[in-house]
Amino acid sequence: MNIYVLLKRTFDTEEKIAISNGRIEDDGAEYIINPYDEYAVEEAINLRDEHGGEVTVVTIGEEDSEKQLRTALAMGADKAVLINTEDDLEEGDQFTTVKILEAFFEDKEADIVLAGNVAIDEASGQVGPRLAERLGMSCVTTITSIKVDGEKANIERDVEGDVEKVETSLPLLVTCQQGLNEPRYPSLPGIMKAKKKPLEELEIDDLDLDEDDVEPKTKTIEIFLPPEKQAGKVLEGETDDQVKELVSLLKTEAKVL
Amino acid sequence: MSKKVLVIGEAREGSLRNVTFEAIAAANIVSDGGEVVGVLCGDGDLSALGQEMVYYGAEKVITVSNPELKTYTSDGYAQAVMEVINDESPEGIIMGHTAVGKDLTPKLASRLESGLISDATEVVAEGGNIVFTRPIYSGKAFEKKEITDGLVFATIRPNNIPSLERDEALTGQVTEKEVSITNIRTIIQDVIRKSSDGVDLSEAKVIVAGGRGVKSAEGFEPLNDLAEVLGGTVGASRGACDAGYCDYSLQIGQTGKVVTPDLYIACGISGAIQHLAGMSNSKVIVAINKDPEANIFNVADYGIVGDLFDVVPKLVDEIKQMKVNA
Repeated sequence: MNIYVLLKRTFDTEEKIAISNGRIEDDGAEYIINPYDEYAVEEAINLRDEHGGEVTVVTIGEEDSEKQLRTALAMGADKAVLINTEDDLEEGDQFTTVKILEAFFEDKEADIVLAGNVAIDEASGQVGPRLAERLGMSCVTTITSIKVDGEKANIERDVEGDVEKVETSLPLLVTCQQGLNEPRYPSLPGIMKAKKKPLEELEIDDLDLDEDDVEPKTKTIEIFLPPEKQAGKVLEGETDDQVKELVSLLKTEAKVL
Repeated sequence: MSKKVLVIGEAREGSLRNVTFEAIAAANIVSDGGEVVGVLCGDGDLSALGQEMVYYGAEKVITVSNPELKTYTSDGYAQAVMEVINDESPEGIIMGHTAVGKDLTPKLASRLESGLISDATEVVAEGGNIVFTRPIYSGKAFEKKEITDGLVFATIRPNNIPSLERDEALTGQVTEKEVSITNIRTIIQDVIRKSSDGVDLSEAKVIVAGGRGVKSAEGFEPLNDLAEVLGGTVGASRGACDAGYCDYSLQIGQTGKVVTPDLYIACGISGAIQHLAGMSNSKVIVAINKDPEANIFNVADYGIVGDLFDVVPKLVDEIKQMKVNA
């Protein structure tokens, strides 16, 4: 099976966000594989181990994204592709990303493409379903289980807490939700092997695209931090009194009861 | 510049979701005096639901009824909505950022080769441009965004943009459109309901959330009672999910759901940065924790230092008492 994973490098979830010169400060930030994409990498490896084939991890990013690709290779992916837009693109949105991926996939004959259902930074959740539409693949979002049998796939997906059981067929793009699996940590031999696995680097020019083709449809005009939440009132006294006071405060002061 | 704006409505168990009315209010801002047109897909007679959209501010509503649209599939709904888009040629589209909205709108935007701003919490018209505010990094920061080319297409986060007043004096045409639905590639075989009374976390007005301090699956019982008496729903921290006390679908935080209810009651949750990202924009936060140093108290409006198994049942009784007195 020809399996692809869409991967994004994101800030570590531990990172606090600061803004300087109107941009998110990234100096000294720690990066990880977007956690939902990690589920995708794990599931891709499991599908390959069960059905054979090859797992290729694809990212759009910059030179530094190689680190997250190597991590995915160390987990067990076979090949990686870095589409480096550092020199070509100043701005992009989901339209841009999907335009590039569409060009990349044009000659690929993917059986399954796995992606995270959302990235924890920009959190649009658009790239997976947008790409499926461009590639004419069926698409199932927020999956928590997948069984592939020949051309058929049986999937469970999370729909706002309910479980929907879906049957569909390959070629297929799925987006992964928490609960799908428990991503493995790369093993030491895995890390050693990853250094020798193929990592191809492309630029948009290699995909016959130029800047105008991928011009974004949206623009960020301002980034700001939410007002810092002030610590409130910690109640005192016997529990019974605290509870009475709380209910009264919620009713009269906060007006939420 | 006035625009024609389409609102994709969403019904759940026979009634419209609140976010549909909020979407009409957002569309009203985007349309800037233009026309707000509703579209509603489903099976059976949808005219009463269409009428309801009119009472909340849609100037006309197009319903598409077909047995194939009884449950949502992206292929079926995309086909139906695309036909309405082709008929109406809207200059804007607004929908709720719900499970259906998240699944459907990127596919429509991709087909239309348009931009899409997801999960907006605020919409304002600023000097001829429509500016959307949306959380990034799970609410650790926000960005203001606008569409630079083509269709003004956005999804809005439930519970953030106030809907317009319901007004039965409002009139508008509700018309049914026939659409033949073909080529549905995904077949829904079964839906297992797990969420309590169909109240989704992202739309809940009140959330009672449990963390590691809940100690077991049974430990969620008093939290369920509290949620019930408040008409809310139960959520959890990653700690509680990882420990197996509850399902991952309840997880609130940077991985998991990001929620903004009117009232968030955190029980036995320490307040890791990832959890705070998912809930700190709630309107009122109550923290109940044994540890007075717990980080959750730094974002709480009201805190009780104490054992949740002591405090929560007393809180349930007190609220019940309050309701009796009222």
